[in-house]
Amino acid sequence: MLVTIRTILAVALSLTVLAGCGSGAEQTAPRIEGAPTLTIYSGRNQELVGGLLERMQTAIGANVEVRYGSTGEMSAQLLEEGADTPADVFFGQDAGALGALSKAGLLAPLPAETTANALPQYRAADNTWVATSGRSRVVAYNPDRTPADQLPPNVDALLDPRWRGQIGYAPSNASWLSFVTGLRLLRGEDGARQWLTAFAGQQPQRFDGNGAIVDAINQGTVTLGLVNHYYLYEKTHDIDPATYRVANHYVPNDPLGLVNVAGAGVLRATDQPELANRAVQFLLSRDAQQYLVDETNEYPTVAGVARSRAVPPLPPIETLSPPPVRLADLDSVDVTQRMLQETGLL
Amino acid sequence: MVWGAAAAVVAAVPLVHLVTRVVGAGGPAVVATLTAPRTLDLLVRSAALTAAVTAACVALGTVAAWLVARTDLPGRRVLAVLLPLPLAVPSYVAGFTWAAEAPWLAGFPAAFAVLTAVSYPYVLLPVLAALTAADGTTEEVARSLGHGPLRVAWTVTWPRVRPAATAGGLLVALYVLSDFGAVSLLRFDTLTLGIFTSYRGTFDRTPAYVLGLLLVLLAVAVARGEARARGRAEAPVSSAAGRPAPRVALGVAGPFATAGLVAVLLVALGVPVVSLVRWSALGASSLDVADLAAAAVATAGVAFAAAVVTTVLAVGVGVLGARWPGRTTRGLEELSYLGHALPGLSVGLAVVALGVAWLRPLYQTTTLLVLAYAVLFLPLAVGAVRSAVEATPPRFEEVARSLGRGPLAALAQVTAPRAAPGIAAGATLVFLTVAKELPATLLLRPTGTETLAVRLWSLSSVSRYAAAAPYAAVLVLVAALPVVVLLRGVDRRRQT
Repeated sequence: MLVTIRTILAVALSLTVLAGCGSGAEQTAPRIEGAPTLTIYSGRNQELVGGLLERMQTAIGANVEVRYGSTGEMSAQLLEEGADTPADVFFGQDAGALGALSKAGLLAPLPAETTANALPQYRAADNTWVATSGRSRVVAYNPDRTPADQLPPNVDALLDPRWRGQIGYAPSNASWLSFVTGLRLLRGEDGARQWLTAFAGQQPQRFDGNGAIVDAINQGTVTLGLVNHYYLYEKTHDIDPATYRVANHYVPNDPLGLVNVAGAGVLRATDQPELANRAVQFLLSRDAQQYLVDETNEYPTVAGVARSRAVPPLPPIETLSPPPVRLADLDSVDVTQRMLQETGLL
Repeated sequence: MVWGAAAAVVAAVPLVHLVTRVVGAGGPAVVATLTAPRTLDLLVRSAALTAAVTAACVALGTVAAWLVARTDLPGRRVLAVLLPLPLAVPSYVAGFTWAAEAPWLAGFPAAFAVLTAVSYPYVLLPVLAALTAADGTTEEVARSLGHGPLRVAWTVTWPRVRPAATAGGLLVALYVLSDFGAVSLLRFDTLTLGIFTSYRGTFDRTPAYVLGLLLVLLAVAVARGEARARGRAEAPVSSAAGRPAPRVALGVAGPFATAGLVAVLLVALGVPVVSLVRWSALGASSLDVADLAAAAVATAGVAFAAAVVTTVLAVGVGVLGARWPGRTTRGLEELSYLGHALPGLSVGLAVVALGVAWLRPLYQTTTLLVLAYAVLFLPLAVGAVRSAVEATPPRFEEVARSLGRGPLAALAQVTAPRAAPGIAAGATLVFLTVAKELPATLLLRPTGTETLAVRLWSLSSVSRYAAAAPYAAVLVLVAALPVVVLLRGVDRRRQT
């Protein structure tokens, strides 16, 4: 026994030493000697935006260190760190999260030239953050099981008895919460509560996240899913699109067709605001927008950027006609949460 | 004493954080969370799932250990190696693969089955160790007096392994209370879901703090229950002087028992492994071997450091618990359990708050990460240390002291060598649990350090399952290796 313990100790010690040496090798972009270092907290996935943030390094002439996490957990971390955060820039994928950080006074106003490229509807009212890409809410369905002409034409059609127990949603997902906030803003508290109560009566199925919902639709466990448009494209990265039986149903001029955003802001606590602003400006550059549109299948937030591929097909943003909800108002998630609690959906 | 106090300070970090924040949130917000009907619902669900999984794990773990160690079960040698291995499968991997292979599986039965299948080794391992260490003479005597094998197992063997079984049951209970991966993937809402929604969806953190404190209360109740169920441990007779117990002949029941255990293994190991192998084959062509190797090395490195630190802290608490039981000691032990009942996200954020406010130079370094692991996994090592020390009769130390040794010298020279294998088992448990940990790692790792769990999360959250599967497979291997080494230790003791 002693011998084995000693062997394990030896092996593990050498591993610890190796781990110490190995962690520096993670960065694929070469370090720029003598240049300052910018720290980004990214709530966007490394697989999606890793390449983009490497390009940022050359574009802004600084070493870019990125901590990857999920938008929700990273926001919680930033709220916990407060003024002591080591982060300079936050890159997140939900207007609610960016709004909550702004509300907590953690984000600094962005100068006009930083956000100049962005279309006006994609800037926060107080200029503390700017949207870097758009994502549409959709109703995902299995085209083998539901013909296109039977799909719900609006949010109230989801309350039809035929969908009882057949709808999937992700209660802890930020995009779902944004959808409900949008519904609340469009219909008022009473109107939203009425819809939510009826929706709860439909016995919708809860899932861990949007990805799980889309899988469940493919497998036939549920019929409809309230998700974002790009999950379908993520799913068909590894799986043959022909065998993955899910399609997106866009619902224009309706709460179901809300367009949410990913975006970025500069932390008030940063000691290099100019560099941080340049980083945000880079995300709105033509180069960066092209990258996002092609790699993440999202919509651009600047004018004149088109996808360079036709496959997989994506309806142009002009055809989406999202409901008239101001993105900045999506930060009132606390009211939404109370309402969801009351209706038993959370 | 100082040693125990150091452990107490570390263990108290999340509790202090939660209490401070709940007090800061003010009465109305706290009352609103507590009185929401959903809170009671989640509390009942958490309690029910914890009770059911714990009871099932204690029964399954104890019976399986007895079958392997004390009967002529067909295939017992192979089963002895395979049965503890589900411990190496992270609950989120088991949950994910089951949800993928059997999408109809959801709700309480699914969460119950999968959590039981991956948690029963927490009971099996200590019971197996207790059965191996215990002397068989009493059983032999009981048999010679004409008692049937089952009656002997119930009246003679069970009382001896009961402390080990209930200690394992406590770990299962704490683990189930804190689990988020399996319950969310298998769609059974518990208190941890409320906590995660509050942190990540609504940015109103008061519910997370309040629900966290509720989990702490549940954990205290569970720990009290365990202390009562453990009862007073019977002083075991030295195994050096004794003989192994005679194996019980199972007869026709043997193959059925084997089939039952194989079925458990299929749930816990078979489905996840087959699923991972199939996905790995798809992703093999695009695999970045250097990246995978770097992640494996980083994982083993932090897990090893955490195992050492946690075990050192646990020795303080465990020795006090075994040798100087009392009110203070019991409070200390209960404190050390709390971190394990809270989700990694809650403990991680508590350590974030501590780091930025008081330990700034250590923030986002491996040191603070290891500290967070110690908070989370202290009970895994405390239980192991306590039962290892308890198993050595205090008489031996008394003899050493009568020969002129001081109390600490007696402990170090007499008890420590005998308790070493048990303590090593505790350290192993910490190692493999740390290797699987995700939420606290995400919050506290040095920027750029990627463990296997972090890579697995990163790839699977954008549905790159084929690319993610090799990371999951290597993670299971890294966690399985120490289990195998641990078993060889148990095995060797059995033969000598």
